[in-house]
Amino acid sequence: MRTTSEAPVAEPQSVKRTANGSAARVVDRSKPETPPGVAVDIADLAHSFGELEVIERLDLRLGPGEVLGVVGPSGCGKSTLLELVSGLREQTAGEIAVNGESLPSDRLSRCAYMPQRDLLLPWLVAIDNAAIALRNRGSSRAVARRAAHPLFERFGLAGFERTRAAELSGGMRQRVAFLRTLLAGKPVLLLDEPFASLDAITRAEMQEWLAGALAAESRSVILVSHDVEEALYLSDRVLVLSPRPARAVADISAPAPRARPRLEAVTASGFTNARERALEALTEGSR
Amino acid sequence: MRRWLPPIAIIAILLGLWQLAANLDVIANALHIEPFLVPSPSEIAQSLWTDRALLADNGWVTLQEVLAGFALSVAAGVAFAVVLHVSPTLRRAFYPLLVASQTVPIVVVAPILVVWLGFGIGPKLAIIALICFFPITVNTLDGLRSVDPDLVKMMRTLDATRWRTLRSVEGPTALPYFFSGAKIAVAVAVIGAVFGEWAGSSSGLGHLIQQASAQLQTARTFAAVVVLSMLAIVLFGLLAVLERKVAWWGPAQTRSQ
Repeated sequence: MRTTSEAPVAEPQSVKRTANGSAARVVDRSKPETPPGVAVDIADLAHSFGELEVIERLDLRLGPGEVLGVVGPSGCGKSTLLELVSGLREQTAGEIAVNGESLPSDRLSRCAYMPQRDLLLPWLVAIDNAAIALRNRGSSRAVARRAAHPLFERFGLAGFERTRAAELSGGMRQRVAFLRTLLAGKPVLLLDEPFASLDAITRAEMQEWLAGALAAESRSVILVSHDVEEALYLSDRVLVLSPRPARAVADISAPAPRARPRLEAVTASGFTNARERALEALTEGSR
Repeated sequence: MRRWLPPIAIIAILLGLWQLAANLDVIANALHIEPFLVPSPSEIAQSLWTDRALLADNGWVTLQEVLAGFALSVAAGVAFAVVLHVSPTLRRAFYPLLVASQTVPIVVVAPILVVWLGFGIGPKLAIIALICFFPITVNTLDGLRSVDPDLVKMMRTLDATRWRTLRSVEGPTALPYFFSGAKIAVAVAVIGAVFGEWAGSSSGLGHLIQQASAQLQTARTFAAVVVLSMLAIVLFGLLAVLERKVAWWGPAQTRSQ
């Protein structure tokens, strides 16, 4: 059980270190305050909504601290996959284990789920939205705010702590939603198209921002996206799914080490190669 | 100011026409009744002034009944809505009964309640609560059920208990709905008080209206009605102000009124 005095995000130095170009995602055990990532194992997973078969068959292993991108055509069951892993839904068949635990309630306590929409509560100010998981676990508002405060500074939200959700820009709302997910203090982050609702420029900015934020974390991440480039830029590995019912058609490693600036990263030849392969798999799978 | 001009103008014109018609005995002649039975606005205004002590005393009695009955139905209505929201089984079981309670004519029930509960404030509270309960419960329940299911899901992954989700997500979602119901309820509460007083009472505006009209004091009857409407309008206004203060995220904020 985490206590509220723990800051769930790594020290800024480690952000700089990764920014200098060393291996993109390093599980740094010297940061005891960050929950270390745990493994996620998925075997023979299948899921249907009544007659509708959504996931045909899926096998997947996510190592501790690994960032896995999942891409696939719209409606192929990507969001369902996240809901299944998180324990919000029970699968029709197959096994899902988070850190070896396969009961949905055990998975729920280990996974933080960031839905597609930011879902900020309009009646709370930004910092209370970000700290809601701490409040849910019984912290007083003052304690929860104190825990969230340093993150606002670190993630470029300083000065917006007391701003109502409706008055924040789209990018800021997504940052607050991400902080809310981080502050839940879970070892696994499930991100469902976190930037789908943003305009192109904000989206590029936010991708760069999230890359930095994830590099500073040792958590295991599953990032769902319909954008191959976004998935490759943010993840260690990208799983390409077929249209519904979903099955894996390719598992592509992102080129590492990568440069932090997004433009530099996505125009490197290794990256464009990987992107072409992923796109090809996506088209092949759709046939 | 421009916003208030049209309603003020309309009211002024209508009052003017009424005054003119009463002075010229147009209404009385048309209805073949004695002219003194049709009070003019100025006579009503005069009654408001000369009977001010009488109106204030009886108005105070009615106001107390309305406030107590309304408070009772808010407490019961919200509690009932929460129970019906949390338990689908109870919702299915009680919802038809809830609707049925509204089909019972209050005018019929009022004398029975007086027989059962006596001539004190009891039957008035019961009648007001019976009328107010419905809009409050139904609106609050609709509000609780209108919550975004994704928000509830999100709260589950963020370790919220059922109670926490109810308090911090469903409750605030339902608050603007509650106010819509409460505003309807407070307006009809005044009618409920009058019915209650008619069924058996020795004070209150309803009693005054009954007495005055039996004695053909039509100006006083109208004066009591004016006070009664004012009471309802002020209570409604206070609730609207309160709503804007505590439920500012609701639709009322974006409405033009």
